[in-house]
Amino acid sequence: MNKMMEQNNIVNHRQFAPEGRMVAFTPEVLQKVRQLIQRYPEGQQKSALLPVLHIAQEELGGYLSVDVMDYVATLLGIEPIEVYEVATFYSMFYLDKMGNYVIEVCRTGPCSISGGEKIMEHLQEVLRVKPGETTPDGLFTLKEVECLGSCGTGPVMQVNTGYYEHLTPGRVDRILEELKENANNNKPDGSSWVEKFC
Amino acid sequence: MGGKILLANIDVPGIRGFDVYRETGGYKSVEKALKEMTPAMVNTEVTKSGLRGRGGAGFPTGLKWSFLDRKTDRPRYLVCNADESEPGTFKDRYLMQHLPHLLIEGLIISSYALGVNTCYIYIRGEFKYLVGILEHAILEARDHGFLGERILGTDYSLKIFVHPGAGAYICGEETALLESLEGKRGNPRIKPPFPAFKGLYGCPTVVNNVETLAAVGPIIVMGGEEYAKFGKGKSTGTKLISACGNINKPGVYEIEMGLPVEDFIYGAAYCGGIKGDKYLKAVIPGGSSVPILPADLMLSTAKGERRLMTYESLADGDFATGTMLGSGGFIVFDEDACIVRNTWNLAHFYRHESCGQCSPCREGTGWMEKVLFRIEHGQGKLSDIDLLVRISKNIEGNTICPLGDAAAWPVASAIRHFRREFEFHVEHPEAVKHINHGALPVSALP
Ligand SMILES: Cc1cc2nc3c(=O)[nH]c(=O)nc-3n(C[C@H](O)[C@H](O)[C@H](O)COP(=O)(O)O)c2cc1C
Ligand code: SF4
Ligand code: FES
Repeated sequence: MNKMMEQNNIVNHRQFAPEGRMVAFTPEVLQKVRQLIQRYPEGQQKSALLPVLHIAQEELGGYLSVDVMDYVATLLGIEPIEVYEVATFYSMFYLDKMGNYVIEVCRTGPCSISGGEKIMEHLQEVLRVKPGETTPDGLFTLKEVECLGSCGTGPVMQVNTGYYEHLTPGRVDRILEELKENANNNKPDGSSWVEKFC
Repeated sequence: MGGKILLANIDVPGIRGFDVYRETGGYKSVEKALKEMTPAMVNTEVTKSGLRGRGGAGFPTGLKWSFLDRKTDRPRYLVCNADESEPGTFKDRYLMQHLPHLLIEGLIISSYALGVNTCYIYIRGEFKYLVGILEHAILEARDHGFLGERILGTDYSLKIFVHPGAGAYICGEETALLESLEGKRGNPRIKPPFPAFKGLYGCPTVVNNVETLAAVGPIIVMGGEEYAKFGKGKSTGTKLISACGNINKPGVYEIEMGLPVEDFIYGAAYCGGIKGDKYLKAVIPGGSSVPILPADLMLSTAKGERRLMTYESLADGDFATGTMLGSGGFIVFDEDACIVRNTWNLAHFYRHESCGQCSPCREGTGWMEKVLFRIEHGQGKLSDIDLLVRISKNIEGNTICPLGDAAAWPVASAIRHFRREFEFHVEHPEAVKHINHGALPVSALP
């Protein structure tokens, strides 16, 4: 209990992050995060790092800024470096500001032979960006990813972790239109990480 | 049953939910195991079934379980490997999406057999939508008394948690997976010690693939000996094969082991033949890491026997003329596919996914990618081909984990069987630049 209060104090302090941005989960999310930590044995709260970073990225600005990572470190009672190490290793964590929608096109063999390269070319043409870049309106970031486990339904891409399969250039155009129309909803698959954990 | 064990009820509407799953006979194995069998008896049935790991290596599951250190008073763990990132493989995803309770059921009996009270499902982060499905299935099982404290009134208790990864192929390797589950970078550990002695949090741990664990329920219901009647020789039971590439019907198929490869590729119930009635050129039958084979060696062995979908038959002839069943990621190439381009593509994958701990893997995968890029784009030299073979030999067997081998084999096997095509790329730089991104139709081969 004591430890919990101590952590809460640090959390409050961290709300005034250098960028002036408020870095803290809402009470509801914080509750969920504490439950997640409980899933691992005592003293092993670091195990919750990956799930908590997923939640942090989604809830706190779409990428893992240093203050977000420091906040997560405090929540789990680990050193900030332990969070940086992990955040830089896994491809699903972003260290820079991303577009509202991150479009990740599979480039690996099976998708490539079923037309994935054409999809990538098409996206570059219509969005006028290269892989790794964000459109000037801040709406789309284009990325290449490796096999998404969807090789039988390729070409495939993920938009903010939602799957889009059996792609053709025409279908890509329609998907982009739809995303533009719902520009304020950055969860096209309709649910957040927090909701995933019962 | 039509040779189907795991997917027997896949078409029943609502089978994803607990009630329908239960009506079709689901969770019977848990009742049987917990009420009528000791953990040792469950182990015996699994050993008798001849079940082998479906994650790639095909190691006998019963034997793996027997290694688990049961003498210590430290907790033991079961970790389900749902990282499924091997290119060409999408069977575990299919199973979890449609039959989450089959996996949960398998996890309960397996945990009981291993004396485990906490089990984690490590699932790749990209499968976020499956996390919700699995969590929901776990809740349902708990609400019906199959999970939690004192399951079905016995004194056995079990908790299952879903744990998402975050995008790293290497975390499918069991020790990298354990590191990742502990909240660290996915760097494989040096073995020994093996997870059976020192695994998660330094405690005895078993890591098994989704499909392996899903088979345990049916094995307990029908009995190990009955399960072993399916299949052929030491390849008992059924296997999920995820088929993709230039075929008419990509998808996940449950086959009884022993099915001829030819029937699988051309049979109407499976791949349905090559798209556009083209010729079959090559197949990677077990996920991108296993050796690629040209059509003739894929359909029959060097001895002239029909090649079968079993661990033994696919490996017949070793790497000279054989390959591996691996994860069952079956990638088919038609006559227009460019082997050089595909090999370069996969080399890029392994370079990207190397964790970077060992120099042969970290440096070698990068070199192979660069040299292959050069050849594919019409800037290669003939000596580059032997250079690739040398690099692959220097990686193979010289690394902490098998990712090094997994990166070396596709390159070595592509050159072994399609050297002419690599040479053609070197000799005809202009042609490969313009024809279909460098794709070489078989008809153009001298
Ligand atoms: C680089 C690499 C990636 C792997 N990826 C997976 C994977 O995605 N899923 C899996 O079940 N096994 C994977 N494995 C195999 C695991 O290390 C381990 O052998 C397997 O999970 C054991 O389960 P099984 O005995 O049930 O097959 C991988 C191995 C290596 C070397
Ligand atoms: S072989 Fe490659 S992936 Fe495996 S530990 Fe070494 S560097 Fe890492
Ligand atoms: S290769 Fe694209 S999903 Fe597997």
